[in-house]
Amino acid sequence: MIRETQLHFEVLVIGGGPAGMAAAARAAECDVRVGIVDDNFKLGGQIWRGQSEDKTSDSKQSTEASKWVERLSAAGVTSLCGLRVVHQPVAGVLLAENLDGFCELTYEKLILATGARERFLPFPGWTLPNVMGAGGLQAMVKCGLPIRGKRVIVAGTGPLLLAVAAYLREHGAEIPLISEQASWGNLARFGAALLGWPAKIIQGVQLKRSLAGIPFAANSWPLAAHGEQTLKSVTISRAGRVETIPCDYLACGFHLVPNIELPLLLGCALVNGCVQVDDFQRTTVASIFCTGEPTSIGGVELALVEGQIAGLASVGRTAEARALFGERHKARRFAQLLDRTFRLRPELRSLPLPETIVCRCEDVSHSRLREHTSWRSAKLHTRCGMGPCQGRICGAALQFLFKWKPDSVRPPVFPARVETLAATAGELNCNTAKG
Amino acid sequence: MPSSVASDQVTLTVNGAPVVVPFAATVAVAMMIAGQACRTSVNGEPRGPLCGMGICFECRVTIDGKVHCRSCQVLCEQGMEVNTEK
Repeated sequence: MIRETQLHFEVLVIGGGPAGMAAAARAAECDVRVGIVDDNFKLGGQIWRGQSEDKTSDSKQSTEASKWVERLSAAGVTSLCGLRVVHQPVAGVLLAENLDGFCELTYEKLILATGARERFLPFPGWTLPNVMGAGGLQAMVKCGLPIRGKRVIVAGTGPLLLAVAAYLREHGAEIPLISEQASWGNLARFGAALLGWPAKIIQGVQLKRSLAGIPFAANSWPLAAHGEQTLKSVTISRAGRVETIPCDYLACGFHLVPNIELPLLLGCALVNGCVQVDDFQRTTVASIFCTGEPTSIGGVELALVEGQIAGLASVGRTAEARALFGERHKARRFAQLLDRTFRLRPELRSLPLPETIVCRCEDVSHSRLREHTSWRSAKLHTRCGMGPCQGRICGAALQFLFKWKPDSVRPPVFPARVETLAATAGELNCNTAKG
Repeated sequence: MPSSVASDQVTLTVNGAPVVVPFAATVAVAMMIAGQACRTSVNGEPRGPLCGMGICFECRVTIDGKVHCRSCQVLCEQGMEVNTEK
């Protein structure tokens, strides 16, 4: 366990999903000292969570995941799991903590691969226990939640819904409905455009097989979740009709939003809400690279190729990095396709009732937010976005509901223990005095 | 403190009652198996896990006296004492 230590790496990667793993492996294979940090207790990110143990599921993903795990270990990458970066006390130094202590991380080159989270939209009852993210419920099942025989409605938008429904059914859940807000027109165009990606077609066919028999509704979204202490049923709007379906869980996510808080804290510029990078995945801050979902929501293929480019570029292997540009270009076109297909429909803005909670940390209702014209104003008057998640959940909803821009990021980027922040301040002062 | 033995199950207590969970389950899963809320919101509503990946802080609980632990990021250990956060 880490306690008040300092660790230095030639290349430090923050985020242990596909992008971070690919970056760390490619850099370390060039004989430099590489460290990879992840908040979770294992590498793999959300998409590869539990893949190495789960032999029942999607074998291609498992193979890909174990391939990168092997490369990391063969190249001697130091992996630091269960460790979360919370602050940059001075430029070039990151402060990270785990359950037991904290450490300082320093680097020559930094690669940010912080991934994405689900977008949640408020509707009546969405705060009830057992209403969860689609990826959220899948993560719980991967972490041991028994799902056999449970009824799960899968709702929201994006390709994740299908993958989650297939996974849950494989593990014995009953899926009464997949409710997708996108229109049939958008989905048909998406299907046609997939012809440009043969690998996606194969994945799609496999998915279709595992989804056979599950009712799927487009133009559909949850209107309300019902129950007292926990979820009992969900009311769904389905192509203009309204129906209430009993269930044990609602797995509901509205596609993904990039985790840009750490890049922002470090001063990286954004473009269209994502971290701005050049051809070699360099951000606007010297020695800092960014890769994967924070640069655009594009899925695992894009994350892997961007990660490799960042890893190679970070150690000066520009020719090898350049050889991957074509592959990345293709994967980025898929990201644009996702964005067009699963864009949120305006009707979803009217889902919350006046009393519906929007900020779950501080229990701020929609009616209290409507009076404000900016997130800053709402923060000051209602504490919306000032709880422990620091606006990570309500922020994306506010952006959609009220078109409010994200507020600036302040350190620490995650709630940190006072002793972590205080002790480091003291230590740094000492070091400065000695120097 | 006994460490988990080589078995496929772990026993811990949730709000004082014993709960048996699969080996390598997270504390958030234990709370859901026990049917207990992880925390009580500002307005007094029961809350459970939402994001499953350490972002939303809805699953925070008290583990062995340590407050504000995100239960989805902690693995269950034999004999652990977990309580709903008020």
